[in-house]
Amino acid sequence: MSTTSKRLRALVATGAFATTVALVLAGCGARAGDETSSSKSAGPSCVDTSGSTIKLGFLNSLTGGMAISEKTVSNVLHMAADEINAGGGILGKKIQYVQEDGATDWPTFAEKTEKLLTQDCVGAIFGGWTSSSRKAVKPVVEKNNGLFFYPVQYEGLEASPNIYYTGATTNQQIIPAMDFLASKGVKKLFLAGSDYVFPRTANAIIKLYAAKLGIQIVGEEYVPLDKDDWTTQVAKIKAAKPDFIFNTINGSSNVGFIKAYYDAGLTAATTPIISVSIAEEEAPAMGHEVTGHYASWNYFQSLKTDTNPKFIESWKAYPKSSGVTSDPMEAAYISLYLYKALVEAAGSFDVAAVNAAAKKNTITFAAPEGTVTLDGENHHISKPGHIGRINASNQFDIVWSSDKFIKPDPFLNGYDWFPANVRDQLVKAAG
Amino acid sequence: MTKLKPQLSLVGIGVFAVLLLAVAPLVLTDHWLGNLGKYCCWAIAAVGIGLAWGRGGMLVMGQGVFFALGAYSMAMHLTLETAGDGVPGFMVLYDPLAPLPAFWEPFRSAAFTLLAIVLLPVVAAGILGYALFKRRVKGAYFAILTQALAVALATLISSTIRETGGDTGLSDFKYFFGFVLNDPANRNMVYLITAALLVVCLLVVWQLYRSRFGELLVATRDAEERVRFLGYDPANIKLVAFVVAALMASIGGAMFVPIVGIITPAEIGAAASILMIAGVAFGGRASLFGPALGAMAVGWGQSSLGSTWPDGWTYIIGLLFIVVILFLPKGLSSVLARFTTARRSPGEQPAAATATLQLEEAKS
Amino acid sequence: MDALISPLLNGSAQGALLLLAALGLSLTFGQMGVINMAHGEFLMIGAFTAYLVQQVIDSSDLSIPVALPVAFVVAGLFGLLLEVSIIQWMYRRPLDTLLVTVGVSLILQQAALQIFPSQGVPVEKPGWLDGQLTILGYDWPLRQVFTILLAIVCVAALAAWLKYTSFGRRIRATVQNRDLAETAGISTRTVDRLTFFVGSGLAGIAGVAASLIGGTNSQMGAQYIIPAFLVVAAGGIGQLKGTIVAAWAVGVVLSCFAYWTTGSLAQVLAFILVIVFLQVRPQGLFTVRTRSLV
Repeated sequence: MSTTSKRLRALVATGAFATTVALVLAGCGARAGDETSSSKSAGPSCVDTSGSTIKLGFLNSLTGGMAISEKTVSNVLHMAADEINAGGGILGKKIQYVQEDGATDWPTFAEKTEKLLTQDCVGAIFGGWTSSSRKAVKPVVEKNNGLFFYPVQYEGLEASPNIYYTGATTNQQIIPAMDFLASKGVKKLFLAGSDYVFPRTANAIIKLYAAKLGIQIVGEEYVPLDKDDWTTQVAKIKAAKPDFIFNTINGSSNVGFIKAYYDAGLTAATTPIISVSIAEEEAPAMGHEVTGHYASWNYFQSLKTDTNPKFIESWKAYPKSSGVTSDPMEAAYISLYLYKALVEAAGSFDVAAVNAAAKKNTITFAAPEGTVTLDGENHHISKPGHIGRINASNQFDIVWSSDKFIKPDPFLNGYDWFPANVRDQLVKAAG
Repeated sequence: MTKLKPQLSLVGIGVFAVLLLAVAPLVLTDHWLGNLGKYCCWAIAAVGIGLAWGRGGMLVMGQGVFFALGAYSMAMHLTLETAGDGVPGFMVLYDPLAPLPAFWEPFRSAAFTLLAIVLLPVVAAGILGYALFKRRVKGAYFAILTQALAVALATLISSTIRETGGDTGLSDFKYFFGFVLNDPANRNMVYLITAALLVVCLLVVWQLYRSRFGELLVATRDAEERVRFLGYDPANIKLVAFVVAALMASIGGAMFVPIVGIITPAEIGAAASILMIAGVAFGGRASLFGPALGAMAVGWGQSSLGSTWPDGWTYIIGLLFIVVILFLPKGLSSVLARFTTARRSPGEQPAAATATLQLEEAKS
Repeated sequence: MDALISPLLNGSAQGALLLLAALGLSLTFGQMGVINMAHGEFLMIGAFTAYLVQQVIDSSDLSIPVALPVAFVVAGLFGLLLEVSIIQWMYRRPLDTLLVTVGVSLILQQAALQIFPSQGVPVEKPGWLDGQLTILGYDWPLRQVFTILLAIVCVAALAAWLKYTSFGRRIRATVQNRDLAETAGISTRTVDRLTFFVGSGLAGIAGVAASLIGGTNSQMGAQYIIPAFLVVAAGGIGQLKGTIVAAWAVGVVLSCFAYWTTGSLAQVLAFILVIVFLQVRPQGLFTVRTRSLV
C-alpha cells in the first residue's frame, strides 16, 4: 500500500512539474487590454515577389460532401490561372498556384489558410463555398493580414478588410428575387432551406422584406444538409397551398426536395419554385425535369454579353470541363481577374497597397456577366440581377432583369424596411 | 501489452515529454507547432480510448460526445470573453434582440468553465455507462449506441443554430482566460499546456495499467464472466475506465478550441469519432504509447498527405484501417514490441497466454 | 385529420426504406455477427447501378424494374468480394469487422466520387409512379406506395427463402449451432458467402429505392447506415419481425416529429428515443431464447 501511495505522489509531482515547466517556458504573452501587441500581431509578409512567379493559393473541398460543388470551382480557377499566365501573368509574373483541400471541414479550412499564408507565403487565397468555410477562414486571414477571394453568393451582413466577395450579397440576389415575385403578384410564399447559416439568414431577410411587399409567409422548413428525405416537409408545403416556394436548399438535398415535390403532385404550373442554389450544373442532376422553375442569379450561361461566349468556349475546351457554365463558376473565374486588376492598379502585391488601390481607383473590368465595378469600401462588386426560367435543355431563359447593375449593399443600408437597431447590432457584432 | 518494464515506460514518457515540451517549440515553426498542438488534443482523447477499448474492450465509437462537452464548454467561455458584455456576434445574426440563452450565462465564469470541462463528461459518462454496463450492453451494441449518440449530438448542435452556432460552429476567439490569443507567446503557452496535459494523461494511464485496477480491467475484457464469478462487478470496473476515457476526451476537446480556433459539429460527429479510433488502432490499442502516437500520426498524415494528395489520402486512411486491423490487430507498437523482445530474449513469447486470449476473444 | 394521416403514411414509407436498408444488415449482422459499416456503400452501389441501367435502357418505365434485380446482383457481388477477401478471416473478431469495413466504406465513397460526376447522377422515376392515391383526403404519392410494396415483397421473399428452401435451412442451422451444422455436413463457408451475398444484394435493392427519393452520389450511403443499425438492434438480433416493427416505428416517429417540430429536431429525437429504448430493453423487441450467459 505504501508503495502505491509513493508512486502516486511521484506521479502527482511529475505532473505538477510538467505543468509548471510548461507555464514557465511560456513566459508572459500579451493580456487583454494590451493594445500594442493585440493589434500588431501579424508579422511582416513573407510573400516572395523577387522572382518571375507569384504564388497564389486555391482552397476548395476536393473530398467530403461539398466536393460535389467545389471541384468545379477549383477547376475553373485553374483555367483562369492558365489564361492569365498565357496572357503574360500579373505584373509580368506567372501565377504559380498551390491547391489545398478544405475537405468539407471548417477547421481544415482554417488550418490550410494559415498554411498557405505562413508556410507557402501566397499572395492571395481563392476559394471556399459554404458560409461556414468563409467564417472559418475570416479570422485567420485577418490575423495574418492576407487576402481571401470568396466566389459564392452569400447572406451578406459581413465586412472584412481582408476578404473580397465576387458572388452576390443579399441585395443582389435575394431582394431581386423578391421584387420579381412581387411583380408576379405572389401573395403566399413558403420558405424551404437547408439547416445552416445562409438559408437561416436569407430567410430572416426575406421575411422582413415580404412584410413590406405584402407577401404572406405561409411556412418555413429546414432539413439538415446531409439529409435527402423531404417527403414530410413537402406534405406540409402542399397543405399550406403557397403561390410560390422560395428554395434556399444546398447540395444534394435539393434532389430529394425536387423528387418529393413531384411525387406529391406539385407542378411548375401551380406551385413554382424559385431557387438561389440551382444553376446550370445542378438542373440536369435532379432526376426529374425541372422545366418552368425559376432561379435568381447574376450570371447565366444564356446571358448575351460581349465576354460570355469566350468564357463558355474556353471552359468547354478545358480538359477538366463539366460542359456548362454557372454563376459560382463565373464568380470564381472573375475573382482571379479582380485580383489581377487590383494588383496592377496598386503596382504591388502588398495587401495594404491593394486595399488602398481598391479605395482610390475605380476598379472595373469586363466580366462574362457584364462590366462589373468594385466597391472599394465594402469589397463587393456591382452585379446585374437576373431571374431565369429553366427550359427543356436545362438552360435558363431570362425572364426578368434589374434595370441596372445593382450596387452591393451587404448591410442593407439603403433599405428602410431593414430595422436600424438590428443593423446597428450586426455592425457592432461584425466588429 | 508492452513487454517493456514499467520503469522503462516511465523513461519513455520522460523522453516524450522532453521532445514535446522542450524540443518541439524550438525546432518547429508557429504553424507546425499549432498543428502539433492539435494532434496532442486528439492524442489526449486517444489515450482515453486506449484505456477503454484497448484495455477494457469497450469500443467507444462516440468519444466525439465527450470531446464536444469539453470543446463547447471552452468555446462558449471564450466566445463570451470575446463578446464582452454583449451577446455573441453570430446570435445577433439570427435574432438580434433576444437575450443570451440561459445555459450560456454561467460560462462567463472561468472557474465554472473549468469545472464544467471536468464534471460534465464525468457525470454524462457516469450516467450513460451505469445504464449501459448494468444492463450488460457490450460489443457491437455498445459501439453502435455510442456512435448513434455522437450523430445525435452533432445533428442537435447543427440544428440549434442560434444557441450553438450550428454547422458553422464557434470561432473567432480573441482571448484565452485574459490572454490575447493572437500573440505568438500566448499561443506557445496554450501549446505547452496541451502537451503537458498529454504527458499527465500518459502518466495516469501508466499508473492505472500497473495497478490492480488495470489487471482487473484486462481480465474483464478477456473474460467478463470469470471476473463476475470471482466476486467483482464488471460493470463498475468498466464504468471507471469509461469515465476516465470520457474525461480525457473532454480535456482534449477543451484544448482543441484555443489551439485550432474553431469547433464545429463535424469535429464531434460520426466521421470524427471514427478517425479517433483509427489512430488508436493504428498505434496499438492496448499499448501505452500506441494510441497517442497513432493519433498524432493520423493527424499529421491528414495535414501533410491530405494536402499534397487529397484523393489519395482518403484511400490511404481506408487502407490503413483494413491492413492494420486485418494483419496487425495490436497495431504498429506490437511490431516494435515483438522486435525488441525477440532481440533481448528470444523464445520468451508467452505463447500459451496469447492462445487463451484469442480463444476468449473468439467467444465474446 | 391531415396532421395525423400525413405523417402516418409518409412515415410508413420512410420506415419501408429503412427496412430495406436494414434487412440486409439483419442477415449479415443478425445472423452472422458481422458489423458491416460498408453496407451504406452497397446501397450506394445499388443506386449507381440504377443510373447505369438507365443509360442502357432509355425508358425509365422499364429501367427501374430491370435495375432492381441487376442492383441486387451487383451489390451482392461486391458483398461476396468483401467476404472472400476480408471478412472471412475475421469471424473470430466480430468487433474488428466494424473497423475494417469502415475502411472499405471510405474507399468506396472516394472511388464513387472520382468515377462518377462529383455533382451526382440523375435517376429518373418511372412514369407509372407519377400520381397519388387519395386516402381519407390525403394524396399519398405512388412512389411511397411503391417503396412499401417493394419492402413487403423483399421481406416475404427473404422469409420464404429462409423458411422453405434448403439453403435457408442451412443458414438457420449454422446460426443456431455452427459446430453442429458442420458435423451434419453443411458447408458453413458456403452458407456464410451466400448469406453475405444476399444481405449485400438487399442493400442494392434499397439503393434503387433510395435513388428515387434523394440524390445519387458518393455521400448517400452514409445517411442510412447508423439508422439501419439502430433498427436492427432495436428489433432484436436475428429477428426478422423485430426489424420490421422497429423500422416501421422509427419511420413513423421520424415523420411525426418532422411534421410537428422541425426536420433536424426529428432526427435527434428519433435517435434518442431508440437509444433510450435500447437502454431499457437492450435485447431488442424480440429475442431468441438461448442458453448462453448473456
